[in-house]
Amino acid sequence: MNVELKVTPDKYLPHRYAGASGDFNPIHIDVDFAKQVGLPSNILHGLYTMAQVARASVNAGGGDPRSLRRLSVQFRGMGFPDQEITVTGSVKEERDGRVVVAAEAEQGGNRIIRNAEAELELGSSS
Amino acid sequence: MPVNTEAIGKAFPPFEYEVGKEKIGEYARAVGEENPVYFNREAAREAGFHDVAAPPMFAVVYSSGSVAPALFDPDVGLNFAMMVHGGQEFVWGEPVCSGDVISTVTTVQDISEKGGMGFYVFESVSTNRNGQEVVRGTWTNIVRGMS
Repeated sequence: MNVELKVTPDKYLPHRYAGASGDFNPIHIDVDFAKQVGLPSNILHGLYTMAQVARASVNAGGGDPRSLRRLSVQFRGMGFPDQEITVTGSVKEERDGRVVVAAEAEQGGNRIIRNAEAELELGSSS
Repeated sequence: MPVNTEAIGKAFPPFEYEVGKEKIGEYARAVGEENPVYFNREAAREAGFHDVAAPPMFAVVYSSGSVAPALFDPDVGLNFAMMVHGGQEFVWGEPVCSGDVISTVTTVQDISEKGGMGFYVFESVSTNRNGQEVVRGTWTNIVRGMS
C-alpha cells in the first residue's frame, strides 16, 4: 500500500478553506497583511495540508473514512497557493491489526509536513 | 521572558457544535474530498452511516470553537505574533455524521520551554450525545523568542 496524492490549491483556496473551517487568520487570506509580517505571500492553512495527508491515507486504504484511527503531523515550512503539493507515504509497520503509514507533504522542494504518521484499520466497516 | 506554566491543567467550559449536511459538504469540497458519503445521504446510509458522514479532519470544524478560547486565554498568555502551529494529532473514535451534536472540552496539557522556544500543548476531547468519544486532538503551538 503506497500513499500518493498530488493537489494544486488554487489562488482562492485559502479563502474557501477559511470559510469552511472558520479560521480567518489574515496571514492565510490577505497578501498585503502577510507581506507586512514578513511572509512572501499569504500561506496555506497547515490544517488544510494535514487534510490532504488524511485524504491520501484514507484513499490508499480503500476510501472508508472510518479506517483512519489516528493521524499526527509536524508542520514545517510554509505552504503556498498555486503550487503543487505532493503527499507521499509508505507502510512502516503493522501492529494490532492496524497499518502504520509514515508520510510527508512536499511543495517546491520544501517538506511542509514532516514525520506524519497515520494509523489505519483496514477491512472493518464499523 | 520565561514561560508561565501556571495554566497547565486548566480546563475550559464545553463547546457544543451541531453538525449540518451542507457544512460537511462545504468543508469536504474545500479540501478536495470526492467520496459520496460526504455529500449524499443515500450513499452514506448505504455505507452504514446514520446520515451524511463528516470527513475525519472535519474534527477541526467542531472542535476549534473549544480550542480557540484556550489559545486566547490570558492565563495561558500565548504571544500570537511569534506563534506557529507546530504539530497536530487526532485520534478518532465514533464517526461523526450530520445531525450529531458534538461537545468539546479543551485543557492545557503542557507548557514548557526548550531552546528559547515555548511549547504550548492543548488537548481537546469531543464526544457525541451518546457520550461516545469521537475525537481527541492534541494541538502543539510553538512560540519563538522566549529567552
